[in-house]
Amino acid sequence: MLAFILRRALQSIGVLIAVGIIAFTMFRFAGDPVNQMVAIDTTPAQRAEIRASLGLDDPVVVQFARYFTNAAQFKFGVSYQFRQPVSSLLQERMPATLELATCATVLALFFGILMGIYSALRRDSFTAKLLQAVSLIGISLPTFLIGILLIYLFAVTLGWLPSFGRGEVVKLGWWTTGFLTVSGWKALIMPSITLGLFQMTLIMRLVRAEMLEVLRTDYIRFARARGLTTRAIHFGHALKNTLVPVITVAGLQFGSVIAFAIITETVFQWPGMGLLFVQAVQNVDIPIMAAYLLVVSLIFVTINLVVDILYTIVDPRLRATVNRPA
Amino acid sequence: MTDAPLPHTPGLLARAIDSDIFYSFRRSKLTIVAASIVLLLVLAAILAPVLAAQNPFDPAQLDLMNSRISPLWTAEGQKPFLFGTDEQGRDVFSAILYGMRISLIVGILGVALAAVLGIGLGLVAGYVGGAVDSLIMRIADVQLTFPAILIALLIDGVVKSLLGNHLDATTMLMVLVIAIGLSFWVQYARTVRGSVMVEKNKDYVAAAQLIGLPARVIMLRHVLPNTMGPILVIATINLALAIITEATLSFLGSGMPDTMPSLGTLIRIGNNYLFSGEWWVIAFPGIALASLILSINLVGDWLRDALNPKLQ
Repeated sequence: MLAFILRRALQSIGVLIAVGIIAFTMFRFAGDPVNQMVAIDTTPAQRAEIRASLGLDDPVVVQFARYFTNAAQFKFGVSYQFRQPVSSLLQERMPATLELATCATVLALFFGILMGIYSALRRDSFTAKLLQAVSLIGISLPTFLIGILLIYLFAVTLGWLPSFGRGEVVKLGWWTTGFLTVSGWKALIMPSITLGLFQMTLIMRLVRAEMLEVLRTDYIRFARARGLTTRAIHFGHALKNTLVPVITVAGLQFGSVIAFAIITETVFQWPGMGLLFVQAVQNVDIPIMAAYLLVVSLIFVTINLVVDILYTIVDPRLRATVNRPA
Repeated sequence: MTDAPLPHTPGLLARAIDSDIFYSFRRSKLTIVAASIVLLLVLAAILAPVLAAQNPFDPAQLDLMNSRISPLWTAEGQKPFLFGTDEQGRDVFSAILYGMRISLIVGILGVALAAVLGIGLGLVAGYVGGAVDSLIMRIADVQLTFPAILIALLIDGVVKSLLGNHLDATTMLMVLVIAIGLSFWVQYARTVRGSVMVEKNKDYVAAAQLIGLPARVIMLRHVLPNTMGPILVIATINLALAIITEATLSFLGSGMPDTMPSLGTLIRIGNNYLFSGEWWVIAFPGIALASLILSINLVGDWLRDALNPKLQ
């Protein structure tokens, strides 16, 4: 078990180093940092001075090592457009993205599992078929179109919900939260639905498929033979076995929820990391792009690692294969 | 549909009509509808210069006097503007036709680039094996950790920083194609590699090696054709994804510029007028994009089932 965790951890570090090399290459070679910082009337001598002070004359390996040690301490340089340290910009924006992503995932899990169970147990009912058809549309439509549609319905036509921003936020140390105000909750509704819809349809289809599979197995038939109530069989026995892969997928998907928040945040002008990244791409603000890549991949890799380890703990069958010498 | 007896000539068309695939196509009404919509939209895009009232890419044809006209069937509608006009006097219907052209061109070229790249790397990885294989597949693994849209945005940003931020429309189109191609190659590479690993141990490959054919010929002429079924399915479903990616990039403001709008750009432009009541500027491009993607997805779904031997 320990050997497995160590090997997985080493793999994760390998991925992070690879991403780090890409981020550094972008940071260093895509566009000249000095050109971005100086005015037109800066003399070549001054440019050389800035260049030397930034350490851009050092060998590439030294620069890479420096970038890496700085990045490990969450120092990512200075943004070209904001003239502020990238790390403080990211720190300021991160709570917004994480709250949105959490909300979307919770929403997707709750409704996805509910609809999945329903469409598995009543697979021939009209509602179940409708859910299947709607889920296909949900998977096909681009996120931004769904967001715009929601804005048009609930903000422009009905005027019930705000169309942009986080509403009022409360400061808790460096973290800002929208969970403590009514306007914060109202602002969360549409972005969470937009962001969670894809995951919701995914989870619904997964739960349906798993549930149908489990309901065919012998132990369910045996439970029926023992005369257990349908409710106990469906929810006590079948659902429990369905949930392991569902939780895994939901966990793995949390990373892509954060990445897809880029689109949702732009539609709703949600002041998170994704919006910062989109603005950085538009303005070719390389330090922010590189830092975003590193932070997001750190989140991705950590989630993957934790899910993998949890999975082997939860599922004894996997542990057996892991322990077997390769 | 008439059931006239087919002439028994082994022509390509007759063989296609007689095939299992065409039979399963005829059986699925939904697929026929979806395929017809795809065909209709593609034809409309190809025939854009004939069908459109104006060329929306030509600023000389835009007249500010014609701005903000509502669709033809509403009270203030004016001919020839079927779906109304936007703030700059651009005919929305024409803009959709030309925009769909851009979306389709970027989508198809992007998928083609991804397929060529992925098939090539997959063939090499599967056939050569060893360190080359591990290197290619490790890169694929790392890339697969990240959603394609994130990678496309990064590539877009990096290319822009290398070439300068204000690119002309044609260059931007190529940048989008490259961004999409580099974001979607992994799936092809994995599939082809998997098939090649199976195929290369078969007798016909050994026979080809025995008569001294070079590895390049064996890979391209003998192994590759046997891996094409799944590739076709991936390409169809990827086309929808590629069009979504292009639309998303353009919507986010990192894709096609306002002077040469794709469907995504049109939706971004229309989004600015959502609150001023000019719903038609955004609604029709949105519907066009949604129906294009949904129909391609339906055809792709059918193709996946039709080509899957397990389901027959």
